[in-house]
Amino acid sequence: MVTLKIDGKIIQAREGTMVLEAARQMNINIPAICHHEAVEPWGGCRLCLVEITHDDWGGWSGLVTSCLYPVEEGLIVTTASPKVIETRKTIIDLLLARYPGSPRIQELAREYGIEKTSYVPDVGRDNCILCGLCVRLCAGMGMAAISTAGRGAAKEISTPLQEAPEDCIGCGVCHKNCPTMNIPMQDKNGVRTIWNRKFELIRCSACGKAHITREHAEYLCEHQDLPPEYFETCDQCKRLENADRFAAIVKW
Amino acid sequence: MKRCKTPADLKKWSTGLDRQRKKTKTRILVCSGPGCLARGSRKIAGAFQKELAARKLDSKVVHKLTETGCHGLCQQGPLVTIMPEHIFYVQVKPKDVPEIIQQTIMKGQVIERLLHTDPGKKEKFQDYRKIPFYARQVRVALRNVGLIDPNDIEEYIAVGGYQALAKVLTGMKPEKVIDMVARSGLRGKGGGGFPTAKKWKSGRDAPGEQTYIICNGDEGDPGAFMDRAIMEGDPHSVIEGMIIGAYAVGSSQGYVYVRQEYPLAVKNMQQAINDARKAGFLGDRIFGTPFCFDIRVSRGGGAFVCGESSALMRSVEGNVGEPRAKYVHSVKRGLFDQPTILNNVETWNNVPYIVSEGPERLASMGTKKSKGTKAFCLVGKVRNTGLIEIPMGTTLREIIYEIGDGIIRDRPFKGVQTGGPSGGVVPNSLLDLPVDFEALTRAGSMMGSGGMIVMDDRTCMVDVAKYFLHFLMEESCGKCVPCREGLKQLHNIVDGITRGNAGNGDLEKIENLSRSIMEGSLCALGKSAPNPVLSTLQYFRPEYETHIEKKKCPAGVCKALITYLINDKCTGCTLCVKACAFDAIVGKKKKMHKILEDKCTRCGACFAVCKFDAIEID
Repeated sequence: MVTLKIDGKIIQAREGTMVLEAARQMNINIPAICHHEAVEPWGGCRLCLVEITHDDWGGWSGLVTSCLYPVEEGLIVTTASPKVIETRKTIIDLLLARYPGSPRIQELAREYGIEKTSYVPDVGRDNCILCGLCVRLCAGMGMAAISTAGRGAAKEISTPLQEAPEDCIGCGVCHKNCPTMNIPMQDKNGVRTIWNRKFELIRCSACGKAHITREHAEYLCEHQDLPPEYFETCDQCKRLENADRFAAIVKW
Repeated sequence: MKRCKTPADLKKWSTGLDRQRKKTKTRILVCSGPGCLARGSRKIAGAFQKELAARKLDSKVVHKLTETGCHGLCQQGPLVTIMPEHIFYVQVKPKDVPEIIQQTIMKGQVIERLLHTDPGKKEKFQDYRKIPFYARQVRVALRNVGLIDPNDIEEYIAVGGYQALAKVLTGMKPEKVIDMVARSGLRGKGGGGFPTAKKWKSGRDAPGEQTYIICNGDEGDPGAFMDRAIMEGDPHSVIEGMIIGAYAVGSSQGYVYVRQEYPLAVKNMQQAINDARKAGFLGDRIFGTPFCFDIRVSRGGGAFVCGESSALMRSVEGNVGEPRAKYVHSVKRGLFDQPTILNNVETWNNVPYIVSEGPERLASMGTKKSKGTKAFCLVGKVRNTGLIEIPMGTTLREIIYEIGDGIIRDRPFKGVQTGGPSGGVVPNSLLDLPVDFEALTRAGSMMGSGGMIVMDDRTCMVDVAKYFLHFLMEESCGKCVPCREGLKQLHNIVDGITRGNAGNGDLEKIENLSRSIMEGSLCALGKSAPNPVLSTLQYFRPEYETHIEKKKCPAGVCKALITYLINDKCTGCTLCVKACAFDAIVGKKKKMHKILEDKCTRCGACFAVCKFDAIEID
């Protein structure tokens, strides 16, 4: 355990914990739009900047992204210093210019007292905020079927060569976790359509619900040592089946 | 090819080459650097080959023809040097070749017509070492560039190549090598100026399964080509430096990261690595010692951000070249999450020199904190453009007015841009600034990898800032918001100023946004990106104000803010009428002409052709 000070309060945190996590445990609100507990911190949105210093640093202090900065003994963290607020407000102002129509950004702007962006707003863009969550989650699944592509303001989330991605298993993790719901996915007549690919959905042998793509099922069976027939029933039916089995054992 | 199993093998090889070299009466060096190649130096080499064969002089021993890397004075290419007399011919054409052979090589006579005339001082020089452009230089990194055939390992061995490696591997402990580099005072030449030995020591002490070595050859600054010249012209010096470094830090695998846009550098580095492997300098049990090391070339796609170390490492791994926060340094966790020592081409190239000449030699050059030399690319509005190398501490005045021979057409010097897009503009008031890491940083610019763009009074500083912002905006990787969105908006504001659409408070807006970009960005690209605009604002604020308040561009560059006028010096020669592609100039022959403002696109073609200073910019 290391002892550090966040906003004047002395706290203890496990070594390797990031400052953002430690601060959130103390109920300190630090905004972040690219952070997700399931994947490694990324440091893209820069909203979680905090100011750090240390008694041994000879008066030096600076801004770091709290999602990436590990706690250390004697660290002094200020989560809302004037410098932090100034930089954070500029970032929100810039985000508002880029995504004038995004409810999430609008809410953040209101929170920081920004009514209108002071920059030239972008119009006609989609709602992707380039948080990179979909890419990182996909890589975390072991697929890496999508990636960021291009540079600068033209950066986007894309599939290899903008074609239907070969490595995609249609698991839908990108769609379900997109904070701006910008990745379309459709399940219709036993077929899932995502990233311009069509996947056959396996129907549950018990209830008939189309519940998982064949590619996703095969991938999980292979990598998690599951029997090949595991996905013939859906999760809900499996639970019912288990409940029946338990009931038979305890016989009440 | 010979294979060196022991240092004695190398000694024997180099003695043999020495003996052979003594039989060579003349060496004809044809510069095949990018500048000369573009001006047709390959045809000149071909003409020499043909002519030597026709005269039965092509024994390759008595008269040796060598295609070398960049010789330096690119402005005057194609360049041909006749050794051992150092006779230096400029702007050589294939039709000059028979005469050179007949007169110079056969009879030892110098052809006056082909000698270099110093444009400012009107003096002819026979020996290139006497030309002020070369005389003021001290060549450490460029010691072999322009003098040897980069594709012939024997040429490198003949000048003492790989002997530093032999010395290190068979007589020095790794710690001793690091200590030697420390005593030389070598600092990272990629721009950061971090003490090399300190980096090596941290890398050596870092725990990990495998320590990697990387050579950063992703030179991307506009106007810079030093690393390219070294990789193309003396690749073995970089390889030898990397092997010595690998031994010092305990690495067995190295990577050379070169951008695909440098095809000749990729080719020459690859061939040098293959040859070094065949000769036994790379691979298993080098010089019969237990030390094993090999190098692979990794080609980059030409993204500027991949010159940033953490983005470069992601690119080598095969991932998208995006930087990551360096709260854990890459010497501890870099390539494939292993300890990684990354140095620039010029830094690696300095290492064999330190070992063979002794660390004191390098330490004796330069200033108190910046030791040794630095290669620069002198470009822009200067008479002599090209590749130069100077001891640290040389003043800008010496570089621009002695080596560079002053500003073209003796126009007033306005400023010099150093450090590439992350650097800034040093104004004419600081002409006596000694060039070293600290002085340039204090002046609001930086050393950078070594681009030096000289500007005269016809350069608009707002336009310069706009150019670099546009470059950075396009080259930002786009991962983090302040850099991606901030640079776009910063460019918007500066672009507005050059178009006459500036609003009140724009300069304050620039300063505030710049501060947030510097504080908030993830990597050094973003953190330093506002430098070009901030340094020009610092030194040329009135120029910005004139753009905003008076809607005028004093340098006559920003098209929306200027008008072209014809004054009474016009003789009616009609040259401008012919030059104008938009029929915007009217007037009869021998009568004063007039520019039709609504048709004029402000391209400046008339201004460039007028011989009577009759065209004015307002």
